[in-house]
Amino acid sequence: MNVLQEIIPNVKNMKQLQNLVLARRASQIKEELRQSEFSNLCFKFTCSQRVRKPFKEVINVSWGDAHKTGMKPLSFVQQVLAACLYPQLVNSDRLPVGVRQRAQSLLKGCDGGSVGSYTATRGISERVHRVSEFITRRDGGAPSYPENIFISPGSQWNILNVLVNSEASHRTGVLTPVPCYSIALMSIRGLGAVTVPYNLNEEQGWELQVEELHRALESAKGVCNPVALYVINPGNPAGYVQSRKSIQEVIQFVSEKRLFLLADEVYQDCVHGENSEFVSYKRVLAEMGPPLSDTVELASFHSASKGFMGECGLRGGYVELVNLDLAVMKYIYKLFSTDACAPVLGQFALDMMMKPPQPGDPSYPLYSMETQHIRTTLVHNVKRVLEVVNNLPGFCCQPVKGVFAFPRLHLPPKAIQKAKEMGMQPDAFYCMRLLEEAGVIVSPGCDYGQKEGTHHIRFYIMTPEDTMEEVLRRLSSFHTQFMKDFS
Amino acid sequence: VTESNGVPCRGKVLTLDNMNPNVRRVEYAVRGAIVQRAGQIEKELKEGVKKPFTEVIKANIGDAHAMGQKPISFLRQVLALCSYPELLEDNKFPEDAKHRARRILEACGGHSIGAYSASQGIECVRQDVARYIEKRDGGIPSNPDNIYLSTGASDAIVTMLKLLVCGEGRDRTGVMISIPQYPLYSAALADLGAVQISYYLDEDKCWSLDVAELKRAVDAARQHCNPRVLCIINPGNPTGQVQSRQCIEDVIRFAKEEHLFLMADEVYQDNVYAEGCKFHSFKKVLFEMGPAYSSTVEMASFHSTSKCYMGECGFRGGYMEVINMDPEVKAQLTKLVSVRLCPPVPGQALLDLVVNPPQPDEPSYNTFMKERTAVLAALAEKARLTEQIFNEVPGVTCNPVQGAMYTFPRIALPQKAIDKAKEEGQVPDMFYCMRLLEEEGICLVPGSGFGQREGTFHFRMTILPPTEKLKIVLQKISDFHVRFTQEFS
Repeated sequence: MNVLQEIIPNVKNMKQLQNLVLARRASQIKEELRQSEFSNLCFKFTCSQRVRKPFKEVINVSWGDAHKTGMKPLSFVQQVLAACLYPQLVNSDRLPVGVRQRAQSLLKGCDGGSVGSYTATRGISERVHRVSEFITRRDGGAPSYPENIFISPGSQWNILNVLVNSEASHRTGVLTPVPCYSIALMSIRGLGAVTVPYNLNEEQGWELQVEELHRALESAKGVCNPVALYVINPGNPAGYVQSRKSIQEVIQFVSEKRLFLLADEVYQDCVHGENSEFVSYKRVLAEMGPPLSDTVELASFHSASKGFMGECGLRGGYVELVNLDLAVMKYIYKLFSTDACAPVLGQFALDMMMKPPQPGDPSYPLYSMETQHIRTTLVHNVKRVLEVVNNLPGFCCQPVKGVFAFPRLHLPPKAIQKAKEMGMQPDAFYCMRLLEEAGVIVSPGCDYGQKEGTHHIRFYIMTPEDTMEEVLRRLSSFHTQFMKDFS
Repeated sequence: VTESNGVPCRGKVLTLDNMNPNVRRVEYAVRGAIVQRAGQIEKELKEGVKKPFTEVIKANIGDAHAMGQKPISFLRQVLALCSYPELLEDNKFPEDAKHRARRILEACGGHSIGAYSASQGIECVRQDVARYIEKRDGGIPSNPDNIYLSTGASDAIVTMLKLLVCGEGRDRTGVMISIPQYPLYSAALADLGAVQISYYLDEDKCWSLDVAELKRAVDAARQHCNPRVLCIINPGNPTGQVQSRQCIEDVIRFAKEEHLFLMADEVYQDNVYAEGCKFHSFKKVLFEMGPAYSSTVEMASFHSTSKCYMGECGFRGGYMEVINMDPEVKAQLTKLVSVRLCPPVPGQALLDLVVNPPQPDEPSYNTFMKERTAVLAALAEKARLTEQIFNEVPGVTCNPVQGAMYTFPRIALPQKAIDKAKEEGQVPDMFYCMRLLEEEGICLVPGSGFGQREGTFHFRMTILPPTEKLKIVLQKISDFHVRFTQEFS
């Protein structure tokens, strides 16, 4: 008899993501492709059980990971990290002078001059200051204090942990958008809290409407004790950017209803297009002045995983805590201290994101060229995605202002029926078929939550242009066939 | 609630009263109050404030590089190559380093260490870890599917506890941890609202573990909770004891009899110094005890890149191997780790090198072995020196530092000092350590942060400073102890 028979309900309640199911199947297919390629070389045919695939490789656009999709990492970042790892490079002229200077300056902040040392709990002091300087600059001078900032390995778990009170008579509730970043939903549920969904308005470009926040809060009465509102801006999976007015309304709402505000802003550097400008919750809050600016309790999250750097694997991010009770801050500090510290390379990546090469720096020309290329690629891809997807019958995509496309699928009843028979959500079924028949992995809308009866897919558009073309080509061809098969 | 000027003041939304009460119980002495004071003093020194010392020696945390230990060249070469692959063209880097870098990059998304990896960790790294374990344990098979890479061993430890802690009231999970222990365990138990079941290590017998004490603890605990887990740190932290093979067998037998999940924290497995002491992995002993045990006892072993000869704490690399875990539970574990996306990829790459070091026929072998041996030999010498010098101080009793990176001597405190501490609202050994910090600029962690028998006092000091500096530190602490004892006699 096993010891571990009883799994805590919290863990059981975390929904298995369809994305992971797709990933597992993709691994199998990749293996089959590899073997069939080998068999072909030996002039043997694959055994009859394995169906020959009409594609040679699987393209994965289901992760928000630029390096994985083939975008080239920024040279400056790669070079600086290499020099920090192997400081002999700092003294050789193998690397450009700007790189060496930056590496030297970063290493100064490390105990023993090594990236292998632990750092202070919040992060290396100079790196934390860099973050607060960035925030102040970004927010038009609104002050940011280092003691309110924690650099962490990308996880938002600690702040949620403090908010969730499992000893209270009612379960803790957190208002979450529909659709919502799936990991956030898992984190909340994993702590034993309840997610209270508020619907974003798809037809209005995924607008957050405050009446919907009121309705959601009302629906929580008697079900749970809502303590926080989680907003994602720019959106994930939906590609919206909130207007200043919308942000102000949210701030008024949380103030009035006495909710803690969790602002996930990791995609703030990915915004493009006309009339879309990112403005941070902190900035709007500061500009709204007292009493709001002194009282609304806010946690803002940012990360080095997104934006131009896309250094997801380094695990560097930060949270800025505004207007929190000082006594509570002491406990938050203690909680972070049990994690030791964020990985040093992640802290360095964050530093380079907060203060990239500036005009006049020797590293600037190359940096500028590479980031410009990324920007151009993104704008091009967005245009192509909207062109192609909006011209396919049964597909409809809202304007994309970030790095994900989240088009709506209008699936024929026969497809929905078939999915039911297979025990799958209709969009998960679509995604599985897309993988099997076209070798493209996208995420199904069911992983994020969506209005009842609607279906979506999410895919990442920060890919090389030719990869995006190939994705769109395969998607169009598959989609046309799919719609025909189930008409 | 009103302000003093009569204007209504709204209270905070998140307060001490409504925050997660478990978080209020979390303590982590290694980065606690004394360390924060040390940081303040460092700042003051930088600002030119005059002190009786010119630097603060942070002997509170097991951070080798911070104390001047050099990184192993081979490891850093490969990592630099992984970070900036154009260096693969550079003939200053040895072929075996390039070969490993290419292999790691091949396994990364987009051939970049900046891409996310699978949540369980890069597959080829897990395979290499499994091979390493097999080699270490004399051929006992290890399945890569049972390997979970993590953000330091701490991440894996907390994840396992999250999975194990359940139930309400008298059925609440009880977790056995040693006293003294590494306070990550007590912190995690507090955070999860688990019941801590303390079992005492025997200071008089070199901090050894006695199964009779385990039995006493678990029997008493069954009155008020459901004991499900037994945690053991070997080599020990803070105590440094290296458990004998017999002891490990006894613990495994006990775990089976009492139906407990075993968590074996083995991050110091290469740090063994004392004559006659040897590291025996729990897994190896388990399997050598035969199928009655090896097919039933459920266990997780933990390892890390932060200690041993590498000392690469800042990378946050580590893994756990799970044994005999129910497949349904394993599925839940796999789901749980996906929430933190993935462990830092540079740490995974580093781990790959640790489990796959240069072989005798490879170009980097000689330098690698030279550096590795030097680090471990220096630690062994410092362990011996520490025990010797501390045992010469009246009122300080120091068990041999058999392994790990710390010494945990017992200090006799005069009653007057204990009383003074109480007056100041401090635990006596905190009072002692704070004085030492203010007078000598040496930061230690009081024994109360790790747990100790009632009425006894200790401190934990790392043996990491370079030998010459260590000698000075040992002397200063010795002199301080004599002074302190005199002052409060």
